[in-house]
Amino acid sequence: MKLWKSWTVAMKDFSVFKRKKYIIYSLVATPLILSLLLPGSILLTVPTGQIPSSLLTSLISSEFSIFIILAAILPTVIASYSFIGEKVEKSLEPLLATPTTDGELLLGKSLAAFLPSISATYVGAIIFIVFVDTLTYGQLGHLLLPDLNTAVILVLAAPLACILSVEFNVIISSRVNDVRTGQQLGGLVILPLLAIFIIGETNPLAINASHLLIISGILLAADIALSYLTRATFQREEILTKWK
Amino acid sequence: MIEIENLTKRFGDLTAVNDLTLHIEEGEVFGFLGPNGAGKTTTVRMLCCLISKTSGEARIADYDIGKSEDALKIRRIVGFLPENVGLYDDLSAYRNLDFYARLYERTESERKEYIERMLKMVGLWNRRDDLAGTFSKGMKQKLAIARALIHDPKVLFLDEPTANLDPESAKTVRDFILELKKEKRTIFLNTHNLDEAQRICDRIGILKTSLIAVGSPKELRESIWGRKTVIHLSKIDDDIVKEVKMLGVKKVEIIDSKMVIDVNNPEDDNPSIVNAIVKAGGQIQFVTELRPSLEDIYLKLVRT
Repeated sequence: MKLWKSWTVAMKDFSVFKRKKYIIYSLVATPLILSLLLPGSILLTVPTGQIPSSLLTSLISSEFSIFIILAAILPTVIASYSFIGEKVEKSLEPLLATPTTDGELLLGKSLAAFLPSISATYVGAIIFIVFVDTLTYGQLGHLLLPDLNTAVILVLAAPLACILSVEFNVIISSRVNDVRTGQQLGGLVILPLLAIFIIGETNPLAINASHLLIISGILLAADIALSYLTRATFQREEILTKWK
Repeated sequence: MIEIENLTKRFGDLTAVNDLTLHIEEGEVFGFLGPNGAGKTTTVRMLCCLISKTSGEARIADYDIGKSEDALKIRRIVGFLPENVGLYDDLSAYRNLDFYARLYERTESERKEYIERMLKMVGLWNRRDDLAGTFSKGMKQKLAIARALIHDPKVLFLDEPTANLDPESAKTVRDFILELKKEKRTIFLNTHNLDEAQRICDRIGILKTSLIAVGSPKELRESIWGRKTVIHLSKIDDDIVKEVKMLGVKKVEIIDSKMVIDVNNPEDDNPSIVNAIVKAGGQIQFVTELRPSLEDIYLKLVRT
């Protein structure tokens, strides 16, 4: 496998994405809004000192699990363009006729969806951390974030959720012909992840680093299982004759 | 350059291409004609190693399409223009070609040289920075042909290159293919356009799941239609017909004041026929050869 070929495919997709305003807005606005809105809803509405420091720490820490969901949402926007967009523009056939392997193409397409999504997730996470620390330092006297939970989320859970979403979208792309339908169906991948966030919101003490490590393990297993299905789906003959 | 032996492709119970045998020489322009669903695109996809064969053999420049280790080598030496051009509308003409040149492993200096040469050749160099999405259909088709040529392929597969184009754009593309013919590339042209096939191709194959005829337009005419001499007379009577039939010609048809005579060799047979008619008192106005169009031949073949 020639990795530079995958990178060439990814770079081409980046060039296309730059001209898709919907993708740019989604990559910029979604992390920005979540990073400010979620902690802001607690820190800017409740007067300083009204929430006990321990509860505040748990609340904010559990809110940070939104970045697992964000890492899974953003690829649905990009991957649907990356795969279904090629189908809509009928550009897959000449691409498949080039001397690239199925693996190189799949990796390139996956990188094109993964890298912008995870980058936007990390930028959002940095904004979240800086915003929270700015507002809580006065009350706590120390930096609330990053903590162990955020480290596990950013290093393991978020990237694994992002990969899961990319793989899921490759499979969805093989069955639909419309970008919006692809986005809607691809979005289903966040449903189980949403449960983590809801549990964390309703019971802030329920999600700790150990739980996040277990969740990451489950995501890794799901990633490996889906990768087999993705590779079976992404084969030249399959794409040309069965991708409808 | 292209050797195909008993090539067959089945999709489940459906046979798309059946027992195709064909040999195409280096530098030849070969036209593939056939109705929709005849298997033309499936054949090209098999030859470009985009889909697998069910049985049979095919080799392109001695590489076997059935061997996975040869598939990348074949894709390196063939250029492919699919029926849908599939350009990236959001990229410039230059960037479209640059992307493909990279995938064909061209070095930076080669890329610059080839992209400039190709864009100049198709007359789009001045529009190189414009988005492909702003181009007319004809311009897109030319850009797609340039893309198929970006790695200087030995063999070029063109699938319906003038389909959906207005007459002016179609002519531009046809002229361009004729230019490529001068460069002695092997060109495999799928088309519905019989006039185009007749003008561009050295040989033509007519496919209807199986190959039903192959040859140059002249050979197809002669082998399928035979050679016919048409003699316009001022008046035809039984004596004239009898005299002509006595020469042993295969068939004589009378249409108004014309005799349509099937002949084996007009150069030898026509003088005898003319003499016989004159001897029987016939007054000859014109003698012509009936030349069926490729359309006549095609329709005769695909309807049987």
